[in-house]
Amino acid sequence: MTGEPSPLAVSMWNPGEHVVVVQRPPAPGPARATWRTFRETLRGLLTTLGRFAEPAATVEYPEQKTPVYPRFRGRHKLHRFEDTPQNGAQAGLEKCVGCSLCAAACPADCIRVVAAENTPTNRVSPGERYAAVYEINMSRCIFCGYCEIACPFDAITMGHDYELSDYDRSDLIFTKEMLLAEPLERAPLRNEGE
Amino acid sequence: MRAGPLAVVGYFEPWWIQIIKAIVVFAVGLQLVPLVLIAERKLLGRFQARYGPNRVGPYGFLQPLADILKLLTKEQFRPTSSVGLLYALAPIISILTAVAAFGLIPFGDTQDIFGTKVGLYGVDLSIGPLYLFAFGAIAFYGIMLGGWSSGSKYSFLGAMRGAAQLISYEVSQGLALVGVIITAQTLSLTGIVHAQAGMWYVVPQLAGFLIFLVAGFAETNRAPFDLTEADAELVGGYNTEYGGGRFASYYFAEYLNVVVVSGIVATVFLGGWLLPFGLHPPGWVDPFVVLAKMSLVTFLFIWVRATLPRLRYDQLMSFGWKVLLPLATVNALVTAILVVATH
Repeated sequence: MTGEPSPLAVSMWNPGEHVVVVQRPPAPGPARATWRTFRETLRGLLTTLGRFAEPAATVEYPEQKTPVYPRFRGRHKLHRFEDTPQNGAQAGLEKCVGCSLCAAACPADCIRVVAAENTPTNRVSPGERYAAVYEINMSRCIFCGYCEIACPFDAITMGHDYELSDYDRSDLIFTKEMLLAEPLERAPLRNEGE
Repeated sequence: MRAGPLAVVGYFEPWWIQIIKAIVVFAVGLQLVPLVLIAERKLLGRFQARYGPNRVGPYGFLQPLADILKLLTKEQFRPTSSVGLLYALAPIISILTAVAAFGLIPFGDTQDIFGTKVGLYGVDLSIGPLYLFAFGAIAFYGIMLGGWSSGSKYSFLGAMRGAAQLISYEVSQGLALVGVIITAQTLSLTGIVHAQAGMWYVVPQLAGFLIFLVAGFAETNRAPFDLTEADAELVGGYNTEYGGGRFASYYFAEYLNVVVVSGIVATVFLGGWLLPFGLHPPGWVDPFVVLAKMSLVTFLFIWVRATLPRLRYDQLMSFGWKVLLPLATVNALVTAILVVATH
């Protein structure tokens, strides 16, 4: 043998001084072993009986819902500028300017944006352009939240709604109107630190 | 009235009472099985911090009905490798022996119903425990034939385990009852109940009670001795290839066996319909006393199932032969010596 042994040669590893001999008590005699088995069986039975008295941990789903954390990434929401005096002329306009950065960031390629020019008579967003078509295919979305991070105007955020099942794949393509609509807050929110 | 042992144990009812009693006992057994089913699922749920079935009917109590309806409306399926006649026969044997054994459990003393003397049991044999052991042994033919005739490896392994299990526990189970029989000096189950008027046999025959209970877990193929059906390693054991009504028969027989063993324990060790503290309620209370005691034992069955993990095949064998059998033998011998010495 010359030089270092190959790190792949597992069989050559010698535990050496790393071996720790476990100190075990002497094996109990038959009577003691029988008694110990009996006692431990009883202890197990009492343990399960203790669980029997406890309340169930079940969340009865359709009636009760698991609360989500504030940063839970559920169904997306598109936002409008709020109707406040500070917002002035922007109030009520869509935040999305149709830049397609969310679609570029999306690893699942589930966002489709078609932008159109704002005109003075038809002003939808404060920027030059707006999203004429904004669709998210929820059957492809992996809820990674990259769209939310990519958006320069916080126009898209992840909501709390996780009840997204449907009978038809085509019903899972959410259009701009569905994403802009005030979502039904069906999922209860967990308190901070809970 | 005829002389001989049959007359002695009260085998005196006219034939039409026998037929009515057979129907009533079968109907009672048929009602008890869904109750045990739902009780097991609800209680197991509570042991595991969940609710168990609670969607079908009030508090989920119609769940067994839904299960049975589902099973009975399914296709009668048979693997091509199975042995046809035996495959169809095996579940029938299982259910037949379970119902036959159930007929023996006394739910009360002989009652005067509209001027006719009726014993509140299917039949009171002068060889009660022997009959029970005979049908307990035949019940394993249902499992063994079913497992073998399915033509599947897993079923076959389950059946072989069933055979090994049977010989490991049955001797001890029989010897555990010998102590009671010696003390009561009768083989009639009602006679054994009457002999417990002073004290229930669970106190003087505590060792026999525990041995019989452990052997009862093995006889009903329930945890921790459910290795004939060991879901994790044998898929479903002897009933892997069964579906629909035949599987329902096996299922029914399994839970009826739980009821039967609970009934035997209640009768032989817990004083049957007798109440402690000198209480003598009217005769119609007796069946409810027996049912209450049976449900206690059934609760124990479910409690143990929720607690103990399944034993390995060889562990059950060595436990049966090296622990249960010597204990049962010593118990029978000591009881015999004490009975002879005190008489």
